[in-house]
Amino acid sequence: MNKSFLIRNPSTLWFLLGLSIFTIVVTILSDAGLGIMSTSFVKTLGKTLCLCLIAVAMDVVWGYCGILSLGHFAFFGIGGYAVGMWLMYARTEGIVLDSLATQTIPPTAQEITDAIGNQIFGVVGSSEFPVIWAFSDSLFLQLLMVVLVPGLLALVFGWLAFRSRVTGVYLSILTQAMTLALALYLFQNDSGLRGNNGLSGLQNIPGFEDTPQSTISLAFFYASALAVALGYVLFAWVTSGKMGSVIKAIRDNESRVRFLGYHVESYKLFVFTITAVVAAIAGALYYPQAGIINPAEIAPIASIYLAVWVAIGGRGRLYGAVIGAAFVSLLSSWFTGGGAPAIPLGFYTIQWTDWWLVLLGVSFVAVTLYAPKGIGGLFDYLVRKPS
Amino acid sequence: MKFNKSLSASIFAGLLASTSMAAAQDCAEPIKVGVLHSLSGSMAISETTLKDAMLMLVKQQNAAGGLLGCEIEAVVVDPASDWPLFAEKARELLTVSEVDVIFGNWTSVSRKSVLPVIEELNGLLFYPVQYEGEESSRNVFYTGAAPNQQAIPATDYFLEELGVEKFALLGTDYVYPRTTNNILEAYLIDNGIAEEDIFVNYTPFGHSDWATIVADVVALGEDGKQVGVISTINGDANIGFYKELAAAGVSADDIPVVAFSVGEEELSGLDTSNLVGHLAAWNYFQSAESDANTDFIAAWKAFAGEDRVTNDPMEAHYIGFNMWVNAVEAAGTTDVDAVRDAMYGQEFPNLTGGTAVMLPNHHLAKPVLIGEIQADGQFDIISQTEEVPGDAWTDFLPESAVLKSDWQELGCGMYNVETESCVQLTSNY
Amino acid sequence: MPRVLILLALLLGFSPAVQAQELQNLLQTHAEEVAKPGRRTVGTVLDDLASSGIPQVATFLEEWQDKSVWQSPEGLFFIADEDGDSLILTDIDSGVETTAPSDGFTQLKPNGGVRRVIGTALVQFQLMDPDLNRRTTAVASIARRPEASQLSPLLGSIDGEEDSTLKARKIQLANFLSASFAEDTADRIAAINSLSTDVSVEARAVLNQILTTSPALAEELPTDVNIARVLNPGADMSLDAAYELLVADDLAAPRTDADTIKAALASNIINGRVGDVPVAQLGTTANRNRAYAQLAHSGTVPPMVTETDRDAALAKYTFFEIYNEADPAITDAAKAALASVETRVAVGQSADLALDALSLASIYFLAAIGLAITFGVMGVINMAHGEFIMMGAYTGYVVQLFIPSYTLSIIIALPLAFAVTFAAGVAMERLVIRHLYHRPLETLLATFGISIALQQLAKNIFGTQARPLTSPAWLDGAWVFNDVVQISYIRIAIFVLAVIFLFLILFVLKRTRLGLEVRAVTQNPGMAASMGINPDRINMLTFGLGSGIAGIAGVAIGLYAKVTSEMGADYIVQSFMTVVVGGVGNVWGTLAGASLIGFLQKGIEWLNPSNTLAAQTYMILFIILFIQFRPKGIVALKGRAAAD
Repeated sequence: MNKSFLIRNPSTLWFLLGLSIFTIVVTILSDAGLGIMSTSFVKTLGKTLCLCLIAVAMDVVWGYCGILSLGHFAFFGIGGYAVGMWLMYARTEGIVLDSLATQTIPPTAQEITDAIGNQIFGVVGSSEFPVIWAFSDSLFLQLLMVVLVPGLLALVFGWLAFRSRVTGVYLSILTQAMTLALALYLFQNDSGLRGNNGLSGLQNIPGFEDTPQSTISLAFFYASALAVALGYVLFAWVTSGKMGSVIKAIRDNESRVRFLGYHVESYKLFVFTITAVVAAIAGALYYPQAGIINPAEIAPIASIYLAVWVAIGGRGRLYGAVIGAAFVSLLSSWFTGGGAPAIPLGFYTIQWTDWWLVLLGVSFVAVTLYAPKGIGGLFDYLVRKPS
Repeated sequence: MKFNKSLSASIFAGLLASTSMAAAQDCAEPIKVGVLHSLSGSMAISETTLKDAMLMLVKQQNAAGGLLGCEIEAVVVDPASDWPLFAEKARELLTVSEVDVIFGNWTSVSRKSVLPVIEELNGLLFYPVQYEGEESSRNVFYTGAAPNQQAIPATDYFLEELGVEKFALLGTDYVYPRTTNNILEAYLIDNGIAEEDIFVNYTPFGHSDWATIVADVVALGEDGKQVGVISTINGDANIGFYKELAAAGVSADDIPVVAFSVGEEELSGLDTSNLVGHLAAWNYFQSAESDANTDFIAAWKAFAGEDRVTNDPMEAHYIGFNMWVNAVEAAGTTDVDAVRDAMYGQEFPNLTGGTAVMLPNHHLAKPVLIGEIQADGQFDIISQTEEVPGDAWTDFLPESAVLKSDWQELGCGMYNVETESCVQLTSNY
Repeated sequence: MPRVLILLALLLGFSPAVQAQELQNLLQTHAEEVAKPGRRTVGTVLDDLASSGIPQVATFLEEWQDKSVWQSPEGLFFIADEDGDSLILTDIDSGVETTAPSDGFTQLKPNGGVRRVIGTALVQFQLMDPDLNRRTTAVASIARRPEASQLSPLLGSIDGEEDSTLKARKIQLANFLSASFAEDTADRIAAINSLSTDVSVEARAVLNQILTTSPALAEELPTDVNIARVLNPGADMSLDAAYELLVADDLAAPRTDADTIKAALASNIINGRVGDVPVAQLGTTANRNRAYAQLAHSGTVPPMVTETDRDAALAKYTFFEIYNEADPAITDAAKAALASVETRVAVGQSADLALDALSLASIYFLAAIGLAITFGVMGVINMAHGEFIMMGAYTGYVVQLFIPSYTLSIIIALPLAFAVTFAAGVAMERLVIRHLYHRPLETLLATFGISIALQQLAKNIFGTQARPLTSPAWLDGAWVFNDVVQISYIRIAIFVLAVIFLFLILFVLKRTRLGLEVRAVTQNPGMAASMGINPDRINMLTFGLGSGIAGIAGVAIGLYAKVTSEMGADYIVQSFMTVVVGGVGNVWGTLAGASLIGFLQKGIEWLNPSNTLAAQTYMILFIILFIQFRPKGIVALKGRAAAD
């Protein structure tokens, strides 16, 4: 990531500049500055940034490499779960130790573990610590899991799929099956991750109990912005240069690239895995801001929405993905939040909470049919026109 | 009906006129009541009704002169059946709209999502749905049934009145059935039912392939014991389940089924003529006979439409809202801490006759009703208990039996009576 | 209704003129119990009523059981019929009818348990009744609560029984009762032996009841009781459970568990120490045990019962189970009969499981067959396929709104659903898919957009609540081979429908002009066009056909499960997997895929019956792996057609 790379990619510089200005504006408006912007809106913006990050990853794997993965939200969710396990464990441990300290006899290690287990898993009628929680007491190890678990899963899954030359729609369905299997597994109470309830109270960061949420939300906002910046630069680098050309060539004609002597599977596997890891990092930043993660978050529909964002934003351009994710998710919350005014038609009143999904579905068909380049395409058109 | 409506309207108008002068004096802003129910997504069907019920209650209260001389304003938001969004909207309600109280939530997971926010910002939430217990928050009043107000009495009815000796606990795989069935298993074992006589099965939301499970239940009768089914099956899945029961010819006389999540609304999705005699346990049925209920149903139909039915969580909101109004009036302010103190011991007549009392553990004392399904999709109430005090921590699980919730005297929702210490002040989410 | 009752009362030999208020008076002595009966306590009332010999008792009991008895404000009991705001009262003794406003009257609602006891009390009146329904009710009551006293009346009623079905049932029931209650041992054994071929739940119940055991323990194995088996602690029961039995019989001291130790230590802290262990060091089990041992040594607490103590105590006793039935000849016969029954039951259960799997497979097949055409033959990914299923189901619902006859409505709904979804499919093909034939991934996204729009549209129109779609009466109930093997008619109907469509599709594709053209367009559109086939028209018709079949599948699925806006989404992923696993482009492949998934799912459910969700998870994992190793599916196309 040297200087020449950035100069060769002016759009990346523009993006970074825009992101910095955005961050500064938010800081000024937030409680840290003028106090006009509410904490919940800062959280919404922080979460939106995380969605932008996974959308960029999705754009690379789909828009650049031609793999329509309908399973990237699974990695996002795994990232969230991995960080959530530590958050829950550490917070509960604090509570339990305080409570046991009042007893006359000091607790044994077993009693502490039992009490924490009972607190965390009491909700699903258990008190045993499942094996997958083995590292939950260590922040470092759990953060490592954020990267390792999705990375390994993507590596194994991708290796099996690409090796068997599963491509196109078959691969899409296969990735969808993967995220469905994961969601169903997590829905089980026996999964060890609290079933349908998932992990909650994640906004309370252990060690920062006395810090107000307004500060915590801003900190996570900065972290998300930084992650988006780094992720954007990383992917801009990956998709430029010789490697970028190979990746795009695979999208356009896989067989021809293979006949030219490239090991197509390795490239695809690399892209699939690295985007999965970035998706997981986005998830790890997203869920402490959302406060709760549960299996419904990684249902197949979430990954399809991800594809929708990227398609509307414009495939094959990184900023397109960012625009798509930000635009559609904010618009969606505006419409479903009752922000949009109802339209009275005389005989019938259009309530947008009811009709927003119809509008989204139809506009999605329209974009696919008439504007395959998405909003980003429009952007290109406007920028290029004067020059 | 028409006469009554216009009459009451004119009375309300008169009351409004007499109080509006007082209201103008000390009310710069109306008192705000947050309504946090999903209006879209999978839970909309259940929760929209509760939103409407809240709007009706607020309207009635305003017509009766408002509160502390002020107008009440309902602030309605839509968390869209999205659990993280519940936390976000709750924060918005408390910090942006600055509501004085929130009425909301249906699912347990949405409640757990909201809890940290409510506790952080010291809000006040009234939760109207039957739930699994094992929780006590300083900032939540649970106006729905705890397990000992629904599951345990229904199980007693099975043991005592129907002589059931072998139990099938069928549930949807989520926290409410899981916890309830854990409690029931412990309870049944305490009551001399052998562990091998309890069959437990969990199915996913919206499950439709019930043939094997129903066959398994029928086969439980092979050792000559009376079999009964306790169902915590949720929502749509009930339709396939009851259809399969009817197809297999399982009559209520042979294998009775008692359901905790099936009300008048769920039954409207199927033909009940083959299900007559199967049971449901609630704190309220629309068919309850009392003057208060007749008035409530009439007001509801006038407000929301002739074909609407009433249900148990609506009664919970009815009691909760009126208790809150009385507590605010007793405290003379909407300040959360003052209102909470005034809530303890609040009494309000419930719709089934008798009086609901708010206990120091933030639960109500309410009667338990058991109804038999009728061919017209309504319930015939065949058993009604005295008021049962709600219990936050069940007595039938060893870890919970030692816990007690008493916010009034002990100021703790998770008090260990053995070690005489407070385990934690926040709730377990 | 009341006239019928009087007629019945007359038949029962009762003449209104001479009767005083005998029954009313008798009931008033038990007024409270009659008004609020309990299963355990109602027996005394029923005994009194039965022994009173008052002829109206039978009628009263029937009406009571039927929730038709009301209590007046004065406490008198009447048989009553609701008529608006008033009640038509029938005097329980005289049968005289009066009318009264219903204010103040309370309806008596005996609960299910009480109704069953009343049913048993009614047996003696109903068993010989000329009315067939009454006799059937009586026999059902005996079956629900078999009692020794019912054996001889039942036997007595068999010869006079005219109805052959009921007679067979009576004989069967008499056999069950003989097995349990006959006086003569030889009779019982004969009855038990005759049960060895009966797999019904009731027969097994009888045998299992004879074989019930109670646990017992003694120092020496007794010889004067009928011992079922000897239990070895550690093998047949856990050592701790065995020790619990000793403790329960006061034969041993209870185990000292961790909580007991902790409590004992907490109450014996002297100067910050327990024994010589400082309190601060009590955070480990070893130190706690050491401190407790010291307390025990000084006699402050009872000595710790260690595992060695437990094992020593257990060694002194023998644990065993005794049959509640004292006669070994009978238990042996029952054991032999049960063993034979259970083999049959196991076979039956396997057959039943196979039937369920077949049924599930046919449902998956029906849901996926339309997709097999659009995706498999045309290569078009239609994510809205599930919504076509939903549209079909809602069509059925709407038809039932207008046509009250369930049979007729289904007959109309099936072709109508086909027509509606055919039209929707054609419209979608013309407006959207036509433009995307060369961009398959984008077809996926565009049809997904249509899918969410349609789903939300259905919510806006029909609401999120499930809608009823009721099957005609002749599809109610189940085909019962025996108590183990049975399957509901609606599932059989779905199976038949699936088979019909399998052959219909095969016929259309292989034997008709349309099929030929479809195959031609699929294999080489350009060449087909040059041969005079209009590919546009063929694509349109093929897509319409696939969608139309989805509509019919929707009606079928709605009949057996539910009709909601989300029902399509439940089937879409499964359907795609069915097609992919089976092998794309081949109807037989879809059949193989559906069978594999159906049988696999039932198989996994059988291994872990308490968790259906796990079965689905493992099935999907299996499919993922399966596709990795056999990407072309079970029935892979060969040659050119197989090219991507």
